[in-house]
Amino acid sequence: MQTTFENPRYPFKHHSDLNQGTAVHHPVVIVGAGPTGLAMGLDLAMQGIPSVILDDNNTVSVGSRAICFAKRTLEILNRYRCVSPMLEKGVTWKKGKVFFQQDLVYEFDLLPEKKHKLPAFINLQQYYLEQYLVEFIDTQQQVDLRWLNRVTEVTPGVKGNRLKVETPEGSYVLTCDYMLVADGANSPIRKQLGLESRGQVFKDRFLIADVLMQAEFPTERWFWFDPPFHPNQSALLHRQADDVWRIDLQLGWDADPQREVLEANIRPRLEAMLGEDVDFQLEWASVYTFQCRKLDSFIHDRVIFLGDAAHQVSPFGARGANGAIQSVDNLGWKLASVLKQQGPTTLLKTYDIERQMAADENILNSTRATDFITPKNKISRVFRDATLQLAKDYEFARTLVNSGRLSTPARYLDSPLNTLDDEEAFDGGVAPGSAALDAPIIIGDKTSWLIDILGTRFTLLIAIDKTDISRVGESLPELLQSVGVDLVPIFLFSESTDLEVPKGAMCICDPWGYVAQRYQLEPGTCYLFRPDQVVAGRWREFTSDSLISAVNRALGFDMEVMP
Amino acid sequence: MKLVTQVNFTDGDSFYEALMALHRSLDDSQSLEVNARLILLMANHIGDNQVLKEALEIAGQSVTASHQSQ
Ligand SMILES: Cc1cc2nc3c(=O)[nH]c(=O)nc-3n(C[C@H](O)[C@H](O)[C@H](O)COP(=O)(O)OP(=O)(O)OC[C@H]3O[C@@H](n4cnc5c(N)ncnc54)[C@H](O)[C@@H]3O)c2cc1C
Repeated sequence: MQTTFENPRYPFKHHSDLNQGTAVHHPVVIVGAGPTGLAMGLDLAMQGIPSVILDDNNTVSVGSRAICFAKRTLEILNRYRCVSPMLEKGVTWKKGKVFFQQDLVYEFDLLPEKKHKLPAFINLQQYYLEQYLVEFIDTQQQVDLRWLNRVTEVTPGVKGNRLKVETPEGSYVLTCDYMLVADGANSPIRKQLGLESRGQVFKDRFLIADVLMQAEFPTERWFWFDPPFHPNQSALLHRQADDVWRIDLQLGWDADPQREVLEANIRPRLEAMLGEDVDFQLEWASVYTFQCRKLDSFIHDRVIFLGDAAHQVSPFGARGANGAIQSVDNLGWKLASVLKQQGPTTLLKTYDIERQMAADENILNSTRATDFITPKNKISRVFRDATLQLAKDYEFARTLVNSGRLSTPARYLDSPLNTLDDEEAFDGGVAPGSAALDAPIIIGDKTSWLIDILGTRFTLLIAIDKTDISRVGESLPELLQSVGVDLVPIFLFSESTDLEVPKGAMCICDPWGYVAQRYQLEPGTCYLFRPDQVVAGRWREFTSDSLISAVNRALGFDMEVMP
Repeated sequence: MKLVTQVNFTDGDSFYEALMALHRSLDDSQSLEVNARLILLMANHIGDNQVLKEALEIAGQSVTASHQSQ
């Protein structure tokens, strides 16, 4: 059926672990080369940590699955330096429309704010995203990606894990300090370890079809409730790369998935939607039942779960892969700090704490959308339709219409790694626990973006007051020494300057004032960013002591005193 | 408690009469629909989630209580 994409077949490669009589040890083994596992390998490579990725298959996603990749995901891939091919191939969009029966009831714009490097969303078939990740990984020495290596048996231990791996050339055994499990929603390893991902299955079925067509529809997310062409059910239309369009059609619980997936049955449904004179070709189709569920704990000794294996959501809101990449972003630097012995092992607990909060939020939002789309009983249908009816004429009701609350960066506002603001020091800006906000800047004589220079290491942004530069400059060496991790100081000036910045510091300029406005900067204000670009703390005045203790806190050294 | 449960109507009798008049000629499913619209309109007017939660809780008490006593 598929004509726009042919799945690459990656060869099995012989590797030296196969020859060894005894188990070879690796610090980190990642199971699964979906978006999660691939990104995980890259994240660790950025931190200088080598990893082995094992995948039982020899190709990228078969069929499209995820299509919407959110700004935060793109920012993370930007940090790995591999976002360009995705942006080039992907379709950029930020607007959406919601229809009820014949009428447009609601329109939205996901990035009303201008001047960010990356768009609110791109639509890109999951197989392309994975393929580009694989191609980039091939250029990375630190990532050893092994196709056709299936993990068949896991023996976890408090000191490390033992894995049995099957390949076309026979099986072998590996040991590792940490096993990162990214083997997908059905996670065979989760099952083998007797762990249960808990949540709910939604009693509904959806036909997901990708069609190739030349169409005049705008590049917007269009969602219909009860449209004339598909009465009583919902429908979605969204453009992807290669003139491929994603169509979701709600079918109801009683639909027969085996019948509905046949082209002969799909065609009339699509003709009703697109019009009989539209020429289209079916690329791929599947019938899904969705669920929202997660593990109670993502960490079991030295086995760490991520991606769909850890937390799974219904696709309304595009929070699956987008949530997974944020989990990777969260775990990478923490695991690296522990392996480099710069942070205590308790730091890993905060991966669980922070990403459980995020998973709860993603599940909550996906569940609410799914419940709105599939009302559970008569009265919820009555309220749903009343909301849609009112939304035609009354603005307030539009905010209740829920066809998916699209993925936004998680905010870890209650994280134990945050240093709280001094009372009333800030009224806005970017609060501790939130991901960085991008803004245009100038470095030297080139325009650039804040998001390009934050992350992978701790970063300290100082809106420097010219009169303060010598005081800050004097305390910097001591600060950089005391923190015990890599920390990049960035001096931000409101206009270009020939003032000498202290050695080791980077100098940027904010001539348009976007950084100042988004971060609510005043002369002297500092922001400390974690390696995942999340704000760890902020102050109105630079003092070495408060910074050192904030870095230590962000590394988990205060965790012991936690209840 | 933020929800006002003391008298707040400017004209309670007249509201009650109008509510009955609205429903008088409706069948059950029409009444359901009208009630849903009414609740949504009033909820938005109230806005404050704390007040709404308190109202939801009191409204549900009659049935949750009988549910528990079974
Ligand atoms: C219809 C649909 C639409 C979606 N739309 C979106 C969207 O728009 N945006 C979004 O963000 N998300 C979306 N999602 C969700 C998204 O597809 C998933 O969240 C994502 O694929 C999860 O990636 P993963 O790497 O965790 O798991 P997977 O992609 O499932 O990868 C797991 C990998 O592990 C391998 N594996 C399994 N067992 C073993 C083993 N024993 N040994 C070695 N390897 C093994 C598998 O071969 C596979 O390659 C959608 C999902 C569906 C179904």
